Amino acid sequence: MNLLEIHNLSVRFRTENGTVDAVKNISFSMKEGDSLAIVGESGSGKSVTALSLTRLVPTPPAEYAGGKILFLGRDILKMSPGQIRQVRGGGIAYVFQEPATSLNPVYSIRSQIAEGIRLHRPDVTDVDAEIVKWLGAVGIVDPEKRMHDYPHQLSGGMQQRAMIAMALSCRPKLLVADEPTTALDVTIQAQILAELRRLRGEFGMSLILITHNFAIIRGLCERVAVMFRGEIVEYGDTESLLKNPQHPYTKALISCVPRLGVKQARLRTIEDSWTAARL
Amino acid sequence: MSSRSDVTKGAPSGILTGRAKTIVTATVDAIPQAVTPDSPFRRVARKFFHDRLALAATIAIALFFAVAIVAGACAFLHLPMPMQPNATHLERKLLPPNPANWLGTDNLGRDVLSRMVAGSTISLTVGFVAMAVSLGIGIFVGAVSGYIGGWVDNVAMRIVDALLCFPSFFLILTAIAIIGPNIWIIIAVIGLVGWTGTARLVRAEFLTLRESEYVRAARALGQSRMNIIFRHILPNAFAPIFVTAVISIPDAILVESGLSFLSFGVPPPQATWGNIIADGKTYFLDAWWLIFFPGLAIFTASLAFYLAGDALRRAAATR
Repeated sequence: MNLLEIHNLSVRFRTENGTVDAVKNISFSMKEGDSLAIVGESGSGKSVTALSLTRLVPTPPAEYAGGKILFLGRDILKMSPGQIRQVRGGGIAYVFQEPATSLNPVYSIRSQIAEGIRLHRPDVTDVDAEIVKWLGAVGIVDPEKRMHDYPHQLSGGMQQRAMIAMALSCRPKLLVADEPTTALDVTIQAQILAELRRLRGEFGMSLILITHNFAIIRGLCERVAVMFRGEIVEYGDTESLLKNPQHPYTKALISCVPRLGVKQARLRTIEDSWTAARL
Repeated sequence: MSSRSDVTKGAPSGILTGRAKTIVTATVDAIPQAVTPDSPFRRVARKFFHDRLALAATIAIALFFAVAIVAGACAFLHLPMPMQPNATHLERKLLPPNPANWLGTDNLGRDVLSRMVAGSTISLTVGFVAMAVSLGIGIFVGAVSGYIGGWVDNVAMRIVDALLCFPSFFLILTAIAIIGPNIWIIIAVIGLVGWTGTARLVRAEFLTLRESEYVRAARALGQSRMNIIFRHILPNAFAPIFVTAVISIPDAILVESGLSFLSFGVPPPQATWGNIIADGKTYFLDAWWLIFFPGLAIFTASLAFYLAGDALRRAAATR
């Protein structure tokens, strides 16, 4: 059985100014242990796709207009609120873009991680030991002491590590990282990505990485889906897609990535998404 | 400097080791040394008590409460008091402040200080319990309506609007005229009328906070709605709620005093700050102490609560 199957999923937003199709008829599937990058520009529907996996897009204004999301064979879109809460965190866990605001400022790291563990792994008796284990696993030094810290006492990189620890401590089958490094500077970005790569190897979970940055997916994700205006325009194996992009939008997107040591008169940009699509 | 060795020793991934030695020291020095956990509540408390005005207000409030609690305990347990607040001595009526009656006596020869002390129990009980009632209802309605939104929000807010249409003081007067004056009824009515402001405030806070990233993160972790509302959002809305709570205490005290002054309040002979003034108003040209001291008590207590609330607002301003 596939871990995740998405069949013809459409998500639209009903607003006062008309209907917006954020995700149009997309399909893909993942086996256990797979890793997939969803790449696209802002507004291409990649975050909506990620959030839809556990129905986190608020309805209204959103509307799951059609399709199926099968997680371990069960349709997410037909689950009761209680069932979906089991999947959130326990089956599919998230790491979001802004670690600084994704942690609740009034609770210590320890009590925030403990909540997830209590919720999804009631059999764990020594919660503190478990927290220390996971904080250590994501590379936080001196976890026994640091777990009592409040979010504002941690640096951005450490906050994101804590977020990853929180997600992993629930032992999800699938980790969805929604632009996990966008808010971090380049050195920390490299550390976090290295950490994700290592943890994936260590715990064998599946990963969906949402990003607008082609530069970070190589070596972390085996497959790539390129999204453009709510549709998956290209899907394939990372290496071959980067070497030999087929869709004009993918080509344009890849050519925008600046390279060190390559002399370029001007940096390439995509002037207008529509023009790019017709290139 | 123990932390420096900690970081280099335990450097987790390949990134902090090897070639990048120079970077490591630089990074370690840049890490803020958070020695003790520092919760936002503790930070607000620290700032609050550094404010001299806040400290003075807190001491004043604490004194009022100490007096009220001791007086209440004495009355409740029938312990001996220096002077009975309701004992009349007609031969000593309308005496100005003197060594035996520090704040003078009223038209029935009752000791004003004793009556004020006894009245402080009533006045502060009214203020505190009415605040608790209105805060409880206000928080619940505001939180649920702000977080859930939709028709729930619409219904709740229209009820609030409808309640706000009535001048609350007259609503209270009407209720008491129908049900009869009794301290617990007065408290209940003041509390039941006063929650609308809190509900609106809490709702407004929730409308902003429900969109925050940590609420999304909590939802993504599979937390239940009630858990998100009361465990995750409410503590973040704590500062403005606490400020309104503190400020609504003197409001309730003033309403009770107003009711007593109009003789709709706590029935005599039970003393409250309001009805000491009410009893004394007939004689105030000859006996200024009858309204001056209880008035001063109301004024001081209200001012202390307002100042404390204001200082709290300032202490919580930078999150």
